[in-house]
Amino acid sequence: MSGHSTYQPQSRFLQWFEKRLPLGSLIHSSFVAYPTPRNLNYLWTFGAILTFMLAVQIVTGVVLAMHYTPNVDLAFKSVEGIMRDVNFGWLLRYLHANGASMFFLAVYIHMFRGIYYGSYKEPREVLWILGVIIYLLMMATGFMGYVLVWGQMSFWAATVITNLFSAIPGVGDAIVTWLWGGYAVGNPTLNRFYSLHYLLPFVIAGVVVLHIWALHVAGQNNPTGIEPKSEKDTVAFTPYATIKDAFFMGVFCIVFAWFVFYIPNFLGHADNYIPANPAVTPSEIVPEWYYLPFYAILRSIPDKLMGVIALFASIVVLAFIPWLDTSRVRSARYRPLFRQFFWLWVIACIGLGWLGSKQPEGIYVILSRIFTVYYFAFFLIIMPLLGIFEKTKPLPNSISDSVLGAKA
Amino acid sequence: MTTVSSAEHTRRDFLYIATGAVGAVGAAAALVPLIAQMNPDASTIAAGAPIEVDLAPVTDGQIIKVFWRSKPIFIFHRTQKEIEEARKVDVASLPDPEPDSERVKQGHDQWLVVIGICTHLGCIPLAHQGEYDGWFCPCHGSQYDTSGRIRKGPAPRNLALPPYKFVSDTKIQIG
Amino acid sequence: MRIVKYTAFAFVLAGAVATAFSPAMSEEQEAPPRLKWSFAGPFGTYDQAQLQRGFKVYKEVCAVCHSISMLAFRNLAEPGGPGFTQAQAAAVAAEAKIQDLDDKGQPIERPGRLADYFPSPFPNELAAKAVHGVAPPDMSTLAKARTYQRGFPWFVFDMFTQYQEQGPDYIAALLKGYQEPPKDFQLPPNGHYNKYFPGHNIAMPPPLQDDQVTYDDGSPQTLDQYSKDVAAFLMWVAEPHLVARKRLGFQVMVFLIVLAGLLYFTKKKVWHQVEKPRELAHGQDPGKTTI
Repeated sequence: MSGHSTYQPQSRFLQWFEKRLPLGSLIHSSFVAYPTPRNLNYLWTFGAILTFMLAVQIVTGVVLAMHYTPNVDLAFKSVEGIMRDVNFGWLLRYLHANGASMFFLAVYIHMFRGIYYGSYKEPREVLWILGVIIYLLMMATGFMGYVLVWGQMSFWAATVITNLFSAIPGVGDAIVTWLWGGYAVGNPTLNRFYSLHYLLPFVIAGVVVLHIWALHVAGQNNPTGIEPKSEKDTVAFTPYATIKDAFFMGVFCIVFAWFVFYIPNFLGHADNYIPANPAVTPSEIVPEWYYLPFYAILRSIPDKLMGVIALFASIVVLAFIPWLDTSRVRSARYRPLFRQFFWLWVIACIGLGWLGSKQPEGIYVILSRIFTVYYFAFFLIIMPLLGIFEKTKPLPNSISDSVLGAKA
Repeated sequence: MTTVSSAEHTRRDFLYIATGAVGAVGAAAALVPLIAQMNPDASTIAAGAPIEVDLAPVTDGQIIKVFWRSKPIFIFHRTQKEIEEARKVDVASLPDPEPDSERVKQGHDQWLVVIGICTHLGCIPLAHQGEYDGWFCPCHGSQYDTSGRIRKGPAPRNLALPPYKFVSDTKIQIG
Repeated sequence: MRIVKYTAFAFVLAGAVATAFSPAMSEEQEAPPRLKWSFAGPFGTYDQAQLQRGFKVYKEVCAVCHSISMLAFRNLAEPGGPGFTQAQAAAVAAEAKIQDLDDKGQPIERPGRLADYFPSPFPNELAAKAVHGVAPPDMSTLAKARTYQRGFPWFVFDMFTQYQEQGPDYIAALLKGYQEPPKDFQLPPNGHYNKYFPGHNIAMPPPLQDDQVTYDDGSPQTLDQYSKDVAAFLMWVAEPHLVARKRLGFQVMVFLIVLAGLLYFTKKKVWHQVEKPRELAHGQDPGKTTI
């Protein structure tokens, strides 16, 4: 991202504007002329896809907020009013609900890509940590959004998750009362969740700006893990990366549309179509699929406080992997052992997700514990040790060499 | 850049144009639900369905107020004196010329049905007040007569007429 | 490609482990049979005659105990539904007694209008609970509020077959599922044994039997027919815009596939320069673009 901009404003007006606010040259140097590694695969389109999904969620969310009422007696009815009476209300609601799932699907692919190719390594540590912050904000936003529906699952998920904080010794109960604004989840809770659910996506947008800025300081990583050495290794962002992003965004939208129009309630839970009843607990309390792995980790630890700590630790540990991974080689392409442990870790994540949906009894608890141990071992034991002991494959000389080598 | 034949140029351009056009159509189509959702929803439209008002309890000289589509509707059972007052006025001299006969239903001259929103800036005028035996708007002093026409003050137009009809001599349907 | 292979392997492995080790039916719910519904699949539509019959069953049987508070009389005449005319819907509304206030603020009952919602059979929650110990659930969203465990790998297939009719399948099965309890089953007093109800002990007594409701269109007046018709009706109540959704979905999918295809070929064309190694061998710089 060094060097002078080659941007030449075309019209007199643009020249006038450029002198006062150099927006044009900023966009040009960041998204048009910006040198991008030429060997990026489609996994690198998910940054753009995530930005698109954030925009979709904000736009559909703002529009839904025009019709929603955050009061315990009216919330569920107002959502049904959106589904039944508001023009295209059913479409906007399904876009927003399934959009959240697509947002998380994209973020998990994006994160898995980062871990596989070592995108968190020096000099991209801050970029990675900003990503972890975005992920945490997404989880908070998604949780609060789900509560707004005020169905059975909304209410009881809110009860369970806010009750987690009571595990904190001493101040735990006071914190929970403070979160609730009352003696149980109720109207004050719903109202403040509405306010925060509207706010946080804009906080996410701000952190995304920092995230993209940090990215442009270091430049993109690429599948070889080797930095670009010359102009031969890169192409201009526009039109090369832009068109790839646009194409895969189209494919992503096909999957999105499949859910929205044909199976809009597949990823949801039927119990959330029952209005919240504080006197009746559903037979199983399950979060949405994107929280299931963490739910499994929480329930696999028999002690309440340790379970909560494990839950938060499983996300916070991600922030440390730039330092936990001691390997000099970035990309798993050249790290045969790391690759195998990585795929086992992916299996563990998917397995934990599935286990999060089961009742915590019998074989499910045993499996949850095995996978939880492996989840943490991958970061805390395997990553540090592999850097020392792994025999990596020889790296190519440059990006363009690796591309030519594949084609020759 | 290798030179490219003009035939390839037009083929490539066509693809780019086609893609751009389809993308633009998609973007425009995506705007439709976002804009349409702000229009009144089905429950609002249903709540704005026509209402029936029974006129029998409204005595001579009485003005009642009902609501239709959240708007106040004045129903004025005019006395003979009030009807003649309305008819006597020189129509050409009115700020918004309109004869009384065009503001009532034939055969039902004693009934005046108007929307009770001042045509100046939207306040609800007060009944049986002002110099013209009609309404007086306290916000900026507009005055309406026994036919609901503006006589004095800043309001530009007469009180609007809602759509209504007589389903019987003592019952009207508004809307 | 390696990524695809590995992910697939991961999926299969996880599923195999889970299926091999899963304990037998920890949630006691028998899976209901899958029925053929006219509204299933990407081109599904509601059968208007069926919705009208189902509405009749609701009105004459279920409405005695079950409210349906988010259904308005006007919905009966809306497109994509049972297809009543405005006049027919208004007639249904007029039969209903709606609680309201007169001009002097005194409570009265008046005939319903199109804009009104179906009134509840009970004045409040406590009165509703008093009959069978449990308040009969409101039916507005019931067909989406009921489901059954599909298990792995069926729920994966459901994503592709678009199986979204778990609710109606469950409701229809439940209505036909009343049986004598097996000898070793402890049925509490006032409970009824139902094959498909989770836990098998349901507070609702069997609501339907043959010939209970007269059908004007000649359809069989059997429990089986009633249960299917009312389940379809409840699906429409829960999801009144299903037909419009699937229709728009088809248009959007066609559009997106066309757009994605165009974007793909555009991408190929744009990258043509770069992906040709010949250019590099001749020292030309693919990084410089003149576009």
